This record gives sequence, C-alpha cells and structure tokens, in this order.
Amino acid sequence: MLQIMEGSHAVAEAVKLCRPDVIAAYPITPQTHIVERLADMVADGELDSEYICVESEFSALSACLGASAAGSRVYSATSSQGLLLMAEVCFNVAGMRQPVVMSIANRAVGAPLSIWNDQQDSISLRDAGWFQWYAEDAQEISDFHFLAYKVAEDNNVLLPGFICFDGFILSHTYEPVDIPDQESVSAFLPPYHPVIQLDATDPMTMGMYATPDYYMEFRYEIDKAMTQSAIALRKAGSEFKEHFGRDYGELIEEYRLSDADFAFVALGSVCGTIKDAVDEMRKDGKKVGLLKIRSYRPFPAEEIKKALSGIPLVAIIEKNLSIGSRMKGAVGLEVKDAINDSGVCVYSYIIGLGGRDIRKLHIRGVYEEAMKGNGDTFYGLREELL
Amino acid sequence: MRELRIHGRGGQGSVTAAELIAVAAFKSQVFSQAFPAFGVERRGAPVQAFVRFSDSKIRLRSQVYEPDYVIIQDSTLIKDVPVFAGMKEGGIAIINSEKEIDFSVPKGVRLIVIDATKIALEILGIPITNTTLLGAFAAASGEIQLDALEEALGERFRGNLGVTNIRAAKTAYDLIKGAN
Repeated sequence: MLQIMEGSHAVAEAVKLCRPDVIAAYPITPQTHIVERLADMVADGELDSEYICVESEFSALSACLGASAAGSRVYSATSSQGLLLMAEVCFNVAGMRQPVVMSIANRAVGAPLSIWNDQQDSISLRDAGWFQWYAEDAQEISDFHFLAYKVAEDNNVLLPGFICFDGFILSHTYEPVDIPDQESVSAFLPPYHPVIQLDATDPMTMGMYATPDYYMEFRYEIDKAMTQSAIALRKAGSEFKEHFGRDYGELIEEYRLSDADFAFVALGSVCGTIKDAVDEMRKDGKKVGLLKIRSYRPFPAEEIKKALSGIPLVAIIEKNLSIGSRMKGAVGLEVKDAINDSGVCVYSYIIGLGGRDIRKLHIRGVYEEAMKGNGDTFYGLREELL
Repeated sequence: MRELRIHGRGGQGSVTAAELIAVAAFKSQVFSQAFPAFGVERRGAPVQAFVRFSDSKIRLRSQVYEPDYVIIQDSTLIKDVPVFAGMKEGGIAIINSEKEIDFSVPKGVRLIVIDATKIALEILGIPITNTTLLGAFAAASGEIQLDALEEALGERFRGNLGVTNIRAAKTAYDLIKGAN
C-alpha cells in the first residue's frame, strides 16, 4: 500500500517484513531512527525477533555473525565511524560466507567530525566482500531489503550485503513509498534454510585459520560468489517485478541515454536531482543523460560499457574521495576501466562531501567544466578557505 | 512543483510541521516530500524545514532556495536569517507575530501576519505555534485540504492533544479564510 513515511521508517517496515530472527545494532546518527523503530516493534510484539542490545558496532556485527552462523536470518544497520568500527568483522562475515544484510545510512567519515552525508563510509569497505547497492529513493531502499536477503541467501552466493542510502537526504525525508503486505513478501522471500550451520550436537568451527596451501582458494571463491550475486540479483529482480511490478532486473538504470552525447554517472539520491537537471538541460538542447549505478559491488562493468557506448564525454558525480588516486573518485576509476576506450573522456568530480548540498545548478556546472576539459577534480570548493 | 520553506527555532516543531504538511498533501492526492535542514536541532537555534508539492513523483533532493511559500514561526528571526531569500513573485509569506511589524517583503510576495502564539496559548496552553500555522498555511496556499490536515494531526497527536491541535489549526484556518 502506498503510504507516506520517513525513509528510516520505510527501512524498518521493510526489515520487519523480512522477518529477521536476530537484530543487533548500535545507534549512530543518521541510522538511529531505523533501529529505534525496530526496537519498538520487537518490544510491542509486532516483530518476533531477538533484539540484542550491544555496547558497540563491533559487538553488533559480531553478534550478527554468530547468530547467522547458527542459522538465523540477521539484520543490522549503521553509518560512518560505526561501519569502520565493524570493518574487521565485515571481512569475517564475508569470509565465513554468512548472508547478513545491513542498512548503511551513508555518512561522512571523521576527522573532522561530520554527521552529514557522503558515501565515503561504504565505499571505503569496497573490498570487504559485501555486495553494495545504492538506493535513489525510499522505494528503492525498501525494495532492496527484500532483494538483498533473497540474493544473499542464494546458495550460489552466500555473501553479506549493504543496502546503502544517503543519510538524512533519504533517511530523514518523508515521501510516498509502497510497502507490500506480509503475504506478498513471504511469497517472494521464503524463510532462510542454511546449508551449513553451527550445531552444538555436531560441533564444527567456522573461520579457522587457513595456511598458505588453502587461503587463496577461499578468496577466489568469495570473488566468484560476488560475480554470481550479479546473476542472482538479475534473477531476483525479474522475479520481484512479477510479484510487485517494480523492475530491478538490471544493476544499472539508464535515463535519457540512448541519444545522449554526454553522460552523468552517479550512485544514490543525487540521481534524482541529476534526472531533473537532465530534463532542464535537454530543454536547452543539450543531449545529456544519466547512468545510475545501483550495484557498486558487484560492479556491472559490461552493462556500463554497453550503456555508455558511443558517448564521448562522461562525468562521474562522486560522493567519495580516493585519496591519492589520479582521478580522485573511486567510482570513476572503474567506469573508465569499464569503458576502456582512450577516445572517450571520463572525468570524476568530487562533490557534496560532508553534506554540502548538491543543486541542479551544480550538475550544470559539472557539465560546463567537463565541456572545458576540466575534470578529475573537486567541484564547489570554497577557495577562500584554502 | 511548488516549494515551502519553514523557518523556526529549535523546539518550535518546524520539522514536525513540515512532516504534517507532507502527510496532509499526500492525503490530498498530491505528491509531497518533507525534510529538515539537518543537524541543527539545538533548542532556540534557527532551524529550517522544507516541503515540496508536485503533481508527479518528486526526484529533486536539494534544499529549497526559491520557495513559493515561507512560514516564519518566530518574527525575531527576520533580523538574523534571510527568511525571504529567493522567494518567487506571487509567493506567500506567513509570519507569526503579535503585532504589525515593520519590514519589507520581496516584490510580489503576499504577506500574512497572524498571532499564532495567542491562538496556541488560548487553545493548547503552550506557545507552540506549528500546528496553528499549518491551519493558516492550508487556508492561504490551498496546497492542503483542511480535512486532510485534521486527519494528519489526529494521527500524529493522540487523544485530547489531537483534539486541541486540530482546533488550533482550524481557528487559524477560519481566521485567514475570513480575512480573504
């Protein structure tokens, strides 16, 4: 049913419909409203989950790892420093192939302390072995949770995943969102039946040490599983469309690209602002379009290459900084690699870090800079502060 | 698309007001979006919240810079904050003030001054003016229906609190409608 609610509450409603057995989380701005609402649901008897209160994010994800290893469907949520405190456990969860799903309300990383949005936190855990999907609006956030458990628990995948959405910009915004009923979600997402689980009557160890004779093969298998997750997502996305009408069969979304001679590329909520800017620029006769990347991990290189084929100028709108890299943006490096054509100009623009507002006029500004040949740079710096 | 910017001070319920307007707009079959200017939730500090209204899905995520409507919960903000910045011609500014105040609004902007504090004190017993100003906004802008606003208020505030907040909103609504 179409309802209007805060983005965080849409997350909580979606998580409730996924019926996790165990939730463990530690509150951090701007994720807090999600776990507060889930704690209420459990306390009020609306949600039959074990809600484990912990003293840190490290413990939250450790509890999730243990519960998942014991065969439970588990959930957590965090942001920024909270995610970084989990970093060690993140690698363990993926290494032990536990299908944990975690919501990331994207927030900048300190120091200096910032509670505001960018995507540095999750991008920094790019190589942890979790799939990472970025939502544009409350509807995608909600829907991604159903898809995430489906993909994570797929026997060909068995990997954890982040559902990433811009903190405050999506988590604290009221907007319409269609929340399905329990019956429909249960039909799409059946209960989790683990292949292997910890069992006190038949003890075994997970995550034990691997000598040089074995370690590399574990890493190979994780990478292979991540590739499999793209296939599983396309399958689940098509199935989702049959159940709910919304299509997530592709890891990217193309907006007015087919006849474009200039493409923006972006992740997350800024894609909405870019779509509006694209419409305005089209009215001025500029043939521009947008490539939205839904899945950053696995990275859909083939799809991106195909979608951008024949477009000579590409501008990546980046809410992260890969310090010391030539292009400065982590996404741009991979887009350039995917296109792999020296005849195409691919530029990264670092913008909106630490919550600096991104307006349509900034999107136009990025276009102007790219047309002038200025790229792989920050956009919107306050020169008087430097 | 039409846009509203609410100016208030921390504790005056500006964010709640924005949310209630978005809910009421949704109930009035309009696409809506409400969000605060994030991270300044200190009591007494100047705060802003925003609402967008549209006949189609709203994709824009930036803050509101060129509002059609402005609500100012506290007239002492006018000297400290550029509350009318970017207002569109034909726009409406609703200001809570107990007296006629001496300042100029941008060209073509309709000014509505209402003593919402007095109404709130009489009906709610506390000087929290957000719900009263929502009634004034509904009457002046036509963006939300009074019955949708009353429904939104009734869902947000249970029991007697709901009854009194609805009465405060309706009093302001009738006052502005009557003045037209």
